[in-house]
Amino acid sequence: MSVVVENLTKIFNQQKAVNNISFSVQKGEILGFLGPNGAGKSTTMKMATTYLTPTAGKVIINGMDVNKEAFSVRKIIGYLPEHNPLYVDMYIREYLEFVASLHGIRGDAKKSRIRDIIEMTGLGLERKKKISQLSKGYRQRVGLAQAMIHEPEVLILDEPTSGLDPNQIIEIRQLIKDFSRDKTVIFSTHIMQEVQAMCDRVVIIDKGVIVADDKVENLKGSTTGQHVITVEFEALPDLEVFKEIKGIEKLEPEGNTIRIYVAPEVDIRSEVFKLATDRNLSLLGLHREETSLENVFQQLTKENKETE
Amino acid sequence: MYQIFIKEFNGFLNSFVAYIAISVFLVGIGLLMWVFPDTSVLTFGFADMETLFSFGPYVFMFLVPAITMRMFADEKKSGTLELLLTQPLTDLQIILGKYLAGFALVVVSLLPTLLYYFSVYQLGNPPGNIDTAGVIGSYIGLILLGGVFISIGVFASSLTDNQVVSFITALFLCFIFYYGLQAIAGINIWGPNSALLEELGILYHYNYMSKGLIDLRNVIYFLSLISIMIMLTKLKLSSRKW
Repeated sequence: MSVVVENLTKIFNQQKAVNNISFSVQKGEILGFLGPNGAGKSTTMKMATTYLTPTAGKVIINGMDVNKEAFSVRKIIGYLPEHNPLYVDMYIREYLEFVASLHGIRGDAKKSRIRDIIEMTGLGLERKKKISQLSKGYRQRVGLAQAMIHEPEVLILDEPTSGLDPNQIIEIRQLIKDFSRDKTVIFSTHIMQEVQAMCDRVVIIDKGVIVADDKVENLKGSTTGQHVITVEFEALPDLEVFKEIKGIEKLEPEGNTIRIYVAPEVDIRSEVFKLATDRNLSLLGLHREETSLENVFQQLTKENKETE
Repeated sequence: MYQIFIKEFNGFLNSFVAYIAISVFLVGIGLLMWVFPDTSVLTFGFADMETLFSFGPYVFMFLVPAITMRMFADEKKSGTLELLLTQPLTDLQIILGKYLAGFALVVVSLLPTLLYYFSVYQLGNPPGNIDTAGVIGSYIGLILLGGVFISIGVFASSLTDNQVVSFITALFLCFIFYYGLQAIAGINIWGPNSALLEELGILYHYNYMSKGLIDLRNVIYFLSLISIMIMLTKLKLSSRKW
């Protein structure tokens, strides 16, 4: 186990930001840390990176307790804080040299490492600029370069893609993916597609409590909600006709389209098609919406609200 | 620590803080020493550097907070402090790196005033009629005083994420420690404690030093004050963990 979080709790002025959470991440795994804003994602990451001390519980990285051996832990983690803070007055090279030297990388090793990381993060064309002159996407790359320059074993990224345009998001994701071979990556986000695109596993946290911790596929399958079948007709038939089909839980007409809610294990597409041909209805579209993590996420975080 | 020192000192050079601080200091002191008739060596008639050492602290009082105000305040505001505190560095290394960079800048700004010494040296009658030992003592005093002001400035900067608040706090603390305590001791309510209060102030110890009298007790006073301020800064930084 590369990163183990055990009964971690953080209380700010009697408010439980993180409430007794436990999870672990294996080497080589990319873990998505998902939750609405203010769920306690950043606080957990700050504790894992030695910035904050937990009120109770502990984080163990590669067998080292982050509180007792903070100094050794800092050497093997790369951290990109939320909002990607940077020394904007510095030149890219100067900044990377500074961070490299903090990690004790010197001389030729430093030069070649900086060259590699600039190439890896695609900063080549911009390398002579000041950080303040860079666009947001390039700044994010500098932030990532900073976090990866010492080849850390564990990479902790707090919302690495927030505020980027779609192309940049894809590039940054690819960068993280490339880096993650035989390393451990934990990254937080509140964007579902990101988790679907990148992660092996996902931990969903809401109001400081873990509401789900599972493989991405399992989570998608496990949804307790309904599947939705969207049917588009040329002219909307009388809703009564659908009574013939078993398993329909709810109908929701909208213009010429109708959304049919069914239990997840039920597939009524062929029946709908049959119904349409029998009654001479012209069917324009028939399509089953896959339950996305989005739904799972909404459900899990909503349930939590109701139980309160 | 060395990397932080280099980064901070380069920061001074790149942001023009260094050039402005040094030129304001030199222009200010230069005017007082050579131009303004009330304080000028030329009209004073004695070949000494009293003007530099009695006005230097007041110039430092404004200049040093300007140098130190962004040290922690800016890093807090931009969030880079979080980055720095999760690097393999101890809190003390970060503080000392920043402290030493500020201190180095103070020393550098004092270097050109050595020219004044040579000028006054030549102006003496006969040339060379100047209390060299006294001047050396005074320089040591002024450098230590700069060291204390820098430590106060670093501490003030760690208290806030607003540079203006940091500047004003540092200025006020420097004033209180340099002159305020002495002045308060002058109020006729302290009885025998008045002497104690006076000795807590910087001016009392600085006056000894600018007479060229380097007493270990005074040196220890300056060094303790610097250590206390650095420890307070460290305390403030670690308070994030409480």
